[in-house]
Amino acid sequence: MTNWNVILNIAKTHLLTKIKQTSTAALGVTFGIGAYITLVCFMTGLNGMLDDLILNQTPHIHIYNEIEPSKNQPISLIEVTEESFNIVHSIKPKLSQKKIHNALPIINYLETNENVRGALPQIKTQIFYIAGSIELGGNLTGIKPIDEAEFFNMNDYIIEGSAEDLHHTDNGILLGIGIAKKMSLNVGDRVQVSPINGGIFPLKIVGFYQSGIADLDAIQSFTNIKTVQRILGNANNYITDINVKLYDIEQAVPLSKKIEQQFNLTAIDIKTANAQFETGTSIRNLITYAVSITLLIVAGFGIYNILNMLIYEKMNDIAILKATGFSGKDVQLIFMAQAMIIGFIGGILGLLIGYVLASVIATIPFQTEALPTVETYPININPSFFIIGFLFAMLSTFLAGYLPSKKAKKIDPVKIIRGQ
Amino acid sequence: MSNVLEAKQINKYFKKPVLFHVLKDINFQVKKGEFVSIMGKSGCGKSTLLYILSTMDTDYDGELYLNNKLITGQDREHLSYMRNKHIGFVFQFHYLLSEFSVLENVMLPAKKLAEKSYQEIEQDAIEKLRMLNIEHLAKKRASRISGGEKQRVAIARALINNPSIIMGDEPTGNLDSSNAENVFNIFKRLSDAQGLSLLIVTHDEDFANKTDRIIQMGDGKIIV
Repeated sequence: MTNWNVILNIAKTHLLTKIKQTSTAALGVTFGIGAYITLVCFMTGLNGMLDDLILNQTPHIHIYNEIEPSKNQPISLIEVTEESFNIVHSIKPKLSQKKIHNALPIINYLETNENVRGALPQIKTQIFYIAGSIELGGNLTGIKPIDEAEFFNMNDYIIEGSAEDLHHTDNGILLGIGIAKKMSLNVGDRVQVSPINGGIFPLKIVGFYQSGIADLDAIQSFTNIKTVQRILGNANNYITDINVKLYDIEQAVPLSKKIEQQFNLTAIDIKTANAQFETGTSIRNLITYAVSITLLIVAGFGIYNILNMLIYEKMNDIAILKATGFSGKDVQLIFMAQAMIIGFIGGILGLLIGYVLASVIATIPFQTEALPTVETYPININPSFFIIGFLFAMLSTFLAGYLPSKKAKKIDPVKIIRGQ
Repeated sequence: MSNVLEAKQINKYFKKPVLFHVLKDINFQVKKGEFVSIMGKSGCGKSTLLYILSTMDTDYDGELYLNNKLITGQDREHLSYMRNKHIGFVFQFHYLLSEFSVLENVMLPAKKLAEKSYQEIEQDAIEKLRMLNIEHLAKKRASRISGGEKQRVAIARALINNPSIIMGDEPTGNLDSSNAENVFNIFKRLSDAQGLSLLIVTHDEDFANKTDRIIQMGDGKIIV
């Protein structure tokens, strides 16, 4: 039989009459939680930004035809040499086509897979940008602009114009910002490109592309698939790459293996291609949590100390409560309640302070060449951080309150009353 | 008349610093409405006996009955409840919760018992204070009133749950003679008018002589 009203009332009176200690203890929790929220919002924001920088533009599975030497050289097919040790000098890669055989049926097949969000065809080719007598080497990629914008956030990297503009303009080109600067070109101008096998094609500039990687921006341009097929003089089933975006990134590895086996193509999954990014993310998370937990442990010791002192001060009160019929458990609950109230108030204030700080950081300008769409520091305000922060606060105050309150529970009233 | 409190063959040892036999075969009863005082020299074990009778000290041999029910060996939770409902306590050093008002101090045991509504408890508490002529102190902080007043508040608190017995450990020991007289008169009135049983440990011979019965203790035994 626990009478919460009475217990909370006593806890409240204790806290209010010792308002200075109470506030100190609560402030400890507030700073701990506030720092946690700020740190975690900032760190995960930064993580997200860095991941987006590469991962968003990277397909989960990239399918293409690798140019490589045959694994089985013809000599190994001859029975006579079966028992011998064969050496073949200066092996050349096998002559094979760049295009993916039966690319369109493969795309259709992939899109029926329930894990696949989208499978986009691309044509990658080398071209020259022609400016008077100067020829600048570069890459031209044929894409489906609308789909690229939807699945790979293409629009984030287009600083003038848009993917839609490219889609609607026949013979349009989305020029890398580096090339545009070199050639002093503006949107609406025409640029002449020449494929390796000759010919000159004028294309209309519909926008500029900036990936944030300067070397790439100096060579890379985009146009519609059909435009590339026309420039190269190929049929409309000429596709060199297929980029697959999945619903669940974890499926990338098994699916890429399956595709390699099924179609005899090279399929690279995102984990293999960008292994270092996950390491960076997990280490930053580790640092965030280590710092926050340290702060909370310090705050927890503060509460422990203050409650311990309070219990020494309140020895007489504890004895009298026990003498008048409060059980040891009631007394323990009184002190636990105090710890939890401190944790609750400190925690809520900490969440508020963390939120305010994170919001302030989110308004601080942060401009970098590498990230054209980022203007302020990236902050990721996620409700789950606030829930975790609150649970942190309650857990640490619970632990800090448990030991002193257990001591209060065990105090023998007879000793206190007789000792006086 | 029925027994409110009965002790049978109570023995108690202090184990530290050396084994010491404090109480030896204590047997006695307190009847309903009886006003009993326990006297004896310092160190004869009378306070130790009182704390055993109060159920706060459970480390003893023998049997203890409250309202003819055996309470020896009950768990602490239940003992707390028994103490709350059936025993009122008055100590030498008043022992009020200094941060609470007088009224709250008096109400606290009843709130813990939680048999009545808040309004009823408040009503009862004010009535007890009025009976002890300290109604005007109700809203004051317990730390702001005089020693004699504190002791009367402590008595009011002991009475709040209408206990079967009031126990006192030298309740007048720290008071001047007029206040001591006052406290005695209150006890006497409660005993006579309301049929309350009282068991008071005291050094004060005048006080003891006016009670119904004196239990004399010496060397851990009841002498008379």
